[in-house]
Amino acid sequence: MSPDRREFLGWGAAAAAVAALAPGIRLIELAQARSPQEAASALKRWGLLIDSTKCADCDVCVAACHEENGVTRHGRPETDAQWIRKVNLSDKRTGYAQTLPLMCQHCEHPPCVDVCPTGASFKRDDGIVLVDKHTCIGCRYCVMACPYGARSFVHETVSGQKADVPRGKGTVESCTLCVHRVDRGETPACVEACNRDGGKAMVFGDLNDPSAEIHRRLRSEPSSQIRPDLALNTGVRYQGL
Amino acid sequence: MRFAAAVLAVMLTVAGFADAGDKPAPRVAMPTIKIETGDACVAPTGEMRRDHMKMLLHQRDGTVRQGLREQRFSLKHCIDCHASRETGSVLGKDGFCSSCHTYAAVSMDCFECHTPLRQSRTAGASR
Repeated sequence: MSPDRREFLGWGAAAAAVAALAPGIRLIELAQARSPQEAASALKRWGLLIDSTKCADCDVCVAACHEENGVTRHGRPETDAQWIRKVNLSDKRTGYAQTLPLMCQHCEHPPCVDVCPTGASFKRDDGIVLVDKHTCIGCRYCVMACPYGARSFVHETVSGQKADVPRGKGTVESCTLCVHRVDRGETPACVEACNRDGGKAMVFGDLNDPSAEIHRRLRSEPSSQIRPDLALNTGVRYQGL
Repeated sequence: MRFAAAVLAVMLTVAGFADAGDKPAPRVAMPTIKIETGDACVAPTGEMRRDHMKMLLHQRDGTVRQGLREQRFSLKHCIDCHASRETGSVLGKDGFCSSCHTYAAVSMDCFECHTPLRQSRTAGASR
């Protein structure tokens, strides 16, 4: 065998290996979560779709959220932190009653970020609106600016926090869309609980991904934002309102 | 005058010998540095002592703002190895973080929000 021929065969084998392996590598990449060394990408936009017609008269989402994030109550509803709450709506004329979960709407143009004097309130590249508690000074402008009443101030010393969810007195907090779970490739705790024990009313996914269920449903079914007049382009959408 | 100077010199010499002989107890208690799990830290000891706060600060901004969750310099990872076997915590009298910080009189705010407790019993040992 001449060296030229051997070299040619070597290249051929390498090309065949690349052709055989590349689709597999691509599949692995799709199946797994973002690697820990990779920053959140602006190509994604995480969002929720909540079907209020399926929302059962339960609070498994609230319980799951507060369990996952270590949000404890002190029996003082006026000041206790609240990341998600059930809102009951009723039409006074017809008596038609609805219930739905309400949390941070993860706006594209979040008012809480506009007003923050220290830059602690921010929107991550993948659309999740968060508070950087390292720089939060507890002024609560964001609490006032949020049209959804989604943010809470921590009034009391906290102990027994979850390792992935640091919480402390003197800072503002709200729904993080379970960012620690999302970064691991999981869905938020409320969505998981709703689909397990509740009315299967919540879908989580990437609003920009045409293959995602949430994208397909938003494209093919009617949905609405809360306070669309504010033009905040919320990441949390509702159906049946 | 000369006598007084001689007496002073003798006294100083004696004091010097006594000092070199048996070490007096330090005025403040020395920190307890007890490393329970893991054979090697993420960087050499000298570098860790000097720069651990810089590593944590860098990692924290990356994690919160960009979602970079590399385990190497994460506070959670530090705690998993360094928490005490008895209390499971890096705080307390002989706690890895608190004993040194008390000695150096440097207050740390990490544990106002972050839990000082090790999360998994196996996380540190399996390294």
